[in-house]
Amino acid sequence: MTLVAVSVLIFAGTELLPGDVAQAILGQQATPDTLAAIRRDLRLDRPAYVRYLDWITGFVRGDLGRSLASGLPVIQLVSGRLQNTLTLALTAAVIAVPLSIVLGLYAALRRERFADRAISAVTLVLVSVPEFLIGYALMLALAVHLGWLPALSTLREGAGFLAWARALALPVLTLAAVVLAHTMRLARTAIVSVLSTDYIRMAELKGISPARIIVRHALPNALSPILSIVMLTLAYLVVGVVVVETVFNYSGMGKLMVDAVTARDVPLVQACGLIFASVYVVCNFLSDFLGILANPRLRHPK
Amino acid sequence: MRRAIFPLACGAIVAMIALASLLAPWIAPYGETALVGDLWEGWSLAHPLGTDSIGRDLLSRLLFGTRNTVAVALAATLLSFTLGVILAFTAAVFQGWIDQVLSRSVDILMSIPTLIMALVVLSVLGTSIPVLIAVMAVLDSTRVFRLARALAVDVMALDFVETARLRGEGFWWFLRREILPNVTPTLLAEFGLRFSFAALFLSSLSFLGLGIRPPYADLGGMVKENANAITFGVAVPLVPAAMIALITVTVNALVDWHVRRATGPTGHG
Repeated sequence: MTLVAVSVLIFAGTELLPGDVAQAILGQQATPDTLAAIRRDLRLDRPAYVRYLDWITGFVRGDLGRSLASGLPVIQLVSGRLQNTLTLALTAAVIAVPLSIVLGLYAALRRERFADRAISAVTLVLVSVPEFLIGYALMLALAVHLGWLPALSTLREGAGFLAWARALALPVLTLAAVVLAHTMRLARTAIVSVLSTDYIRMAELKGISPARIIVRHALPNALSPILSIVMLTLAYLVVGVVVVETVFNYSGMGKLMVDAVTARDVPLVQACGLIFASVYVVCNFLSDFLGILANPRLRHPK
Repeated sequence: MRRAIFPLACGAIVAMIALASLLAPWIAPYGETALVGDLWEGWSLAHPLGTDSIGRDLLSRLLFGTRNTVAVALAATLLSFTLGVILAFTAAVFQGWIDQVLSRSVDILMSIPTLIMALVVLSVLGTSIPVLIAVMAVLDSTRVFRLARALAVDVMALDFVETARLRGEGFWWFLRREILPNVTPTLLAEFGLRFSFAALFLSSLSFLGLGIRPPYADLGGMVKENANAITFGVAVPLVPAAMIALITVTVNALVDWHVRRATGPTGHG
C-alpha cells in the first residue's frame, strides 16, 4: 500500500510538476518540431494516469523503459550498479551494526564517566558533519599520505579479490563511520532507558552478577528498540551511499542516479528513485515488524 | 559554572558566522569569482587560505560560500516552518478529515528518503535558487508538521482552549493567541535543528552538483570543485567541509544547551 503511494508520488514528482521533460532533454536546441517529435517518441501525448499504469506495470515485470541519454534499457544500466551498491552498503552494515551495539552497551554501562563522554562527543561530531568531510579526510590520510589504499574506487572487470577489497575499503570505512555514529547513539539511549528501569535495579539489589543482568534482564528488553534501530540504519545507508559513492567515484546506484539527474535522464531517475524508496520503505516496515515480534506488548495497540 | 563556557563559545562562533555571512562582500579580500592567482597556491599573506582549483582566493570564496549556504538554508527553514506550522495548526484546530488528509499525505511524503525525493524533483525542475529553496522547504516541512501537530493537539485539549471554542473564536485566534504562545519555545529549538539539517542537506546537494550553481560560491560546491586536490595531498576541500561542520556542530550544541536549560537537569547529563 505504501509502496503504491510512493510510486505514485515519484511519478507525480517528475510528471505533474511544471517543467517539460521534452524541453529538458533538448535544452537550448529545442524547436517546436523537435519538441513535438520527442513528445511523440516518449508518448507524452497520452494522459498521465495511462502513462503511470504503463510505467508501474512495466516496473513490476522488470521493464524499466529506456534511458534517454544512452538509449540503453534502464534495467541493463541498473542491475550491475545495484549489486555494487548492495555490496557496499551491506559490508558497511556488517562492520558498523555489531560494533555500534557493543559500543552503545559499553557507553551505557559507563554512563556519565569518561569513556561515555568521550564516545558521545566523538559520535555527536560524526553525526553533525557532512559525509563527504569524513570521506575526504579518510582519503587524504589513508590513501594520499599513507598510501595504503587507492583513493578512487574504480572497479575494473576481472580484477582479483584483493584489488576489489582494497577499492571497496575506503567507501566502506566512510559509510561505516557515519552509520556507526548514528546507530551507536540510538543504541546507547535505548540501553540506558532499559537500565534505568525498576526491574534492573531490583536485580542489582538481589545481587545478581552484572553479566547476568545484561544478558538475562536488559538485552531481551532492549532487543526491540535495537532491532528497529538496525533496520533504520539500513534505511539510512540507502541515502548515505549516494554521497559516499560520489566522493569515491564508486560505480553504484547512487552515482548512477546523480549522473542521471545531472543529465536529466528522467526514466533512469524514476527507476533509481523507485528502487531507493522501495528499499527504504521495506526497511522501515521490517523495523516495525521485528519490533513487534520482539516486544509482545506492541501487539495490542491501545 | 564550568558548563557555561562551552555554550558561550558556541554562541560566539555562531554569532561570528552570522556576522561573516552578513558582511562577506565588505570583508572579503577579493571578489566572489575573481581569478587572482595560480591554482592551489599555498597559504600566504596575500591569500591567507591559499587559492582554489582555478585560482580564486579561498578565504573570499569561503566567506561568500558561507553567506550563500546560510542564506539559502535559512530561507528554506523559514518557509518550511511557515508551511509546516500553519498546516499543523490547521489540522489540530479543525481535526476530523482535514487532519486525516494532511497527516496521511505527510506520512507518505516522509516514507521516501528526502535526498532521493529531492533528486527526483530537481531532475525535472532544474536547480535555480528559488526552486531549491521551495523543494527543501516542502520536504522539510513534513518534519515540522509532525512536531507542530503533536504539540498543538496537546494544547487544544487544554481547558482554556475549550473556553475559547465556546466563545466561538475563529481559526486565526486559535493559531495566534492559544497555540502559538504555548509551543514557541519547543518550536524555536526545533528551528535550530532544522536549520543545521538544511545547511547540511544543501551542502550535500551542492556537493552532488545539484545545489547552488557555480560560479557562485557554496560550501558544498566548493568541496566538489576542489575535490581533485585531495589526490595531490592538498587539503583544500577539507576547509569548506570543515566550515559546514562548524556551523552544524555549534548550532546543534547551542540548541542542546538551550533545551537542557529549559527542561532542567534530566539525569542524562
